[in-house]
Amino acid sequence: MKEGIVESPALGANVAGAMKGFAQEIGALSAFRLESCIHCGICADACHYYIATEDPQYTPIWKVEPFKQAYKRESSAFAPLFRLFGFKREVTADQLAQWQHLLFDSCNMCGRCSLICPMGIDVAALIEQSRHAMFEAGLAPKELYAKAAHQQLTGQPESSVEPYRDQLLAIGVRFGVSMPIDKPQAEVMLCVPRTDIEQYPSGVAALARVMENLGISCTFRSDGLIAENYGYFAGAKEWQRVISLRLIDQAIACGATTLLIPECGHAYTALRWEAADLYGKELPFRVLSVTEFLADELKAGRLKLAKAAGPKVTFQDPCQLVRKGGVTEAPRELLKAMSVELQEMENHGGFSFCCNGGGGVIDIKQAAPLRYRIMEVKMREIDATGAPTLLTTCSDCRRTFDDAQVHFNWDKKPNSLLELVASNLLEAGTGP
Amino acid sequence: MDLLHFARGLGLKIALGVFCLGVTWRIVSFALLRIRREYSRPRESVFKYVLGGLITAGSRSWPHREFIGRTGAGEALGYSYHLGLFAVVLLFTPHILFLRSLFGFAWPGLPSSLITIISVLTLTLFLAVLFRRLTSRVMRLLSNFDDYFSWFITMLVMVTGLAATSHVGGPYETLLALHILSVDVLLIWFPFGKLMHAFYIFPSRAINGALLARKGATS
Repeated sequence: MKEGIVESPALGANVAGAMKGFAQEIGALSAFRLESCIHCGICADACHYYIATEDPQYTPIWKVEPFKQAYKRESSAFAPLFRLFGFKREVTADQLAQWQHLLFDSCNMCGRCSLICPMGIDVAALIEQSRHAMFEAGLAPKELYAKAAHQQLTGQPESSVEPYRDQLLAIGVRFGVSMPIDKPQAEVMLCVPRTDIEQYPSGVAALARVMENLGISCTFRSDGLIAENYGYFAGAKEWQRVISLRLIDQAIACGATTLLIPECGHAYTALRWEAADLYGKELPFRVLSVTEFLADELKAGRLKLAKAAGPKVTFQDPCQLVRKGGVTEAPRELLKAMSVELQEMENHGGFSFCCNGGGGVIDIKQAAPLRYRIMEVKMREIDATGAPTLLTTCSDCRRTFDDAQVHFNWDKKPNSLLELVASNLLEAGTGP
Repeated sequence: MDLLHFARGLGLKIALGVFCLGVTWRIVSFALLRIRREYSRPRESVFKYVLGGLITAGSRSWPHREFIGRTGAGEALGYSYHLGLFAVVLLFTPHILFLRSLFGFAWPGLPSSLITIISVLTLTLFLAVLFRRLTSRVMRLLSNFDDYFSWFITMLVMVTGLAATSHVGGPYETLLALHILSVDVLLIWFPFGKLMHAFYIFPSRAINGALLARKGATS
């Protein structure tokens, strides 16, 4: 068995069903996107995987080729002709297995390709939909599959030695900040990346500290604590729904008017833009990223920040928050308020290159050699700024850069913007 | 019935029929698929995201500054031959007279000598486009029968048209018949292949631009 592929005894049958399901469920918008491609290949020039390797298989639209084939054969305007004359053959299990590398190992779902297409095709949206079919076919990478399966059952992607609730309370004690948890009612419901609990506890403390500083009624909820959504990464749509529902139910239970997404890019996409669709109606609360929430509080005059001491910084725009989420100005407003000298990368804002860990790629073991090769595109841009400090607002970006630091013996240590804010609260004393 | 009569008589009627029905079906077929409603709260007002869509429909005609270095030349080549095609199809007086017979109104054309120059330039660009498709590893990988046949039939229309107006390669009536026959084939092929992008390009850009603008994201 190829490493990383979850095979089932009836793989062929799964593939046929998955492709038929893809074609039937495709929807007018995705069909229009698939039909609009003119095979110009320009999307390759936006993709860091192609830019670094010049391997044409990493052309973004090529990554959905089997799905285009299935759509044309099964449900396009002239599908009967395609079938009758054999213009489009059935997608085979072998063919789809080859595409696992293209759809998971070598795509961060960062959406940069969606900004270059002269036909205006949102290629990233097609890739996300193709991942759903890959999951149905039993071809999700084993790491993503396992974490998604665990999370939809238990609420957390992996077992932990101690319950996360206890770890959260311990972080509060360690950093000297009160950790609001399981309050029956609160204005704002908080959640947290499990990456932060395990790797960046200072980030969790920073979140609690800024909320305490603002004096807003808020709470974490044990039964809806984890922000990540591995269902989103794995292409497991139903599991993504179950995982999102946990947070939605808890936010409703505590009467929250705001669900605050911590520094976690894909959690923002999953909850801000996709959860309501999976819920089947508009959410009865607003969903905000902590970065935009703090920028709003700053504008309203409730958040007061001191000047931050230190050298100039460069900022990594997390794709899901910025390019796909529109949270572009908020981090810059916070940096400006702290008089931080920002040195932008050559490609920044909506055009920033992905950290290379997005889309679950950081979790896929077999993707690592290629990821390191691609990483050099991003590292070159960061180094070219000359800024000694790298800031970001996504714990997956942070984890990916930390990993690169170790792998390349790189001199950049990524830091969290939230932690910088928490360290410069005018009324809050020293940071976590 | 000789070839020319067939080409601009029954042949053209059949071709226009296939073209109209095929294009209509290709567009209507989208409406038969599920249209998902977006339940997430938009960041921007309806006005802003509709405006974002309209702006993207135009602005995507040229790459963002960040991409120009990698794609500017290729896109310039693509748009240049399209402009050449539009000029020849819409501003050559015999074409205008033909279109007047269909739509009932006309507009001023360009001098024939200028059209000839534009045609030769466009043909050259067309060859460059094919060369690019054959030599680019990315484009070669993506290309299929549709790409090559769409190129071939459009080229054939251009070559026969230029031959007819230049009286090169055979009797004028035969060349004209071949020109109109190639147009008939192009019209029949149109709804089945990538030439449909003529109808998709602006709606596709506008829809995706609006969806990005709805999130307040760059489009």
